[in-house]
Amino acid sequence: MRHNPFSLANKTVLVTGASSGIGRSIAVECAKMGATVFITGRNEERLNETYNQLEGTGHIQCTADLQMEEQTTRLIDALPLLDGVVHAAGIVTTVPFQFITKEKLEEIFAINFISPTLISQQLLQKKKMNKGASFVWISSISGTVCSFIGNAMYSSTKGAVNGIVKGMALDLAKKEIRVNSINPGQIDTDLLVAKGVITAEQMQEEIKKYPLKRFGKPEEVAYAAVYLLSNASNWITGTHLLIDGGYTLL
Amino acid sequence: MDINDFIKNFAAQFDETDESVFTAQTKFREELGEWDSLLALSVIAMVDTEYNVTIKGDDIKSSTTIEDLYNIVKSKK
Repeated sequence: MRHNPFSLANKTVLVTGASSGIGRSIAVECAKMGATVFITGRNEERLNETYNQLEGTGHIQCTADLQMEEQTTRLIDALPLLDGVVHAAGIVTTVPFQFITKEKLEEIFAINFISPTLISQQLLQKKKMNKGASFVWISSISGTVCSFIGNAMYSSTKGAVNGIVKGMALDLAKKEIRVNSINPGQIDTDLLVAKGVITAEQMQEEIKKYPLKRFGKPEEVAYAAVYLLSNASNWITGTHLLIDGGYTLL
Repeated sequence: MDINDFIKNFAAQFDETDESVFTAQTKFREELGEWDSLLALSVIAMVDTEYNVTIKGDDIKSSTTIEDLYNIVKSKK
């Protein structure tokens, strides 16, 4: 094979949230780069759609709701030794600050922060991570560089993600395990529009705020994940890779 | 569901506009200078909290008066 420091050949990678959006794209691109991919997501049908898009052989899919302890344990026990984990499962809840409730906070923190944290912890406890492995968290510009109207709860979960990336990276450095996040601006996924909280017109207004004149594409986040999973980034840990079309320059 | 209560709950989201301004016929998106995207989100959240009904941005966009929105919420109840 030609020289390619970004290759994921001989690497096994777990991708959560792989049934849609950024997670799906990451799974697809990792497979293209030679990885054996283990994908998980809540929706069986959509997870299977992702699975059918994976190039190569040996990939595994496992439908699981990571909010259910039993399903998470089953998933972790089923996993082979891993060279990479991408935490792409996440939700957006758009609600003005004064309408925050304990239940809403607990739900969004459970999905965006607590589950990926505990999964990482269990993977290490159960010795599922190879030496030199790489954790990649999908964070956001929201809560780390800026925020958006009605996005206080979401922002706080991503602020927490950025924080744990730093601490995890330090604690796992001894094992030569790297931990980084990708902090994207608005990516063209169905996450926001499908819920209908934001209208199509508002989206068009939002696009104008991006110096590169468009939202990001899921694969543009996936390429960054490939980089952070590959040996090309072997000396990078505890960092937050900003991918935002220039949004936070203004 | 009572329209007067709805108007009161609607008005409660505003800080600058006096409560007396709000009637069933108020064209809230056109007439109220205070109206903005955050208020739209607040109204969506108020409807969810007070009436346990999920409305979308498009429901607000398709409403001209407060009564129009009230009717949408009522129809989803």
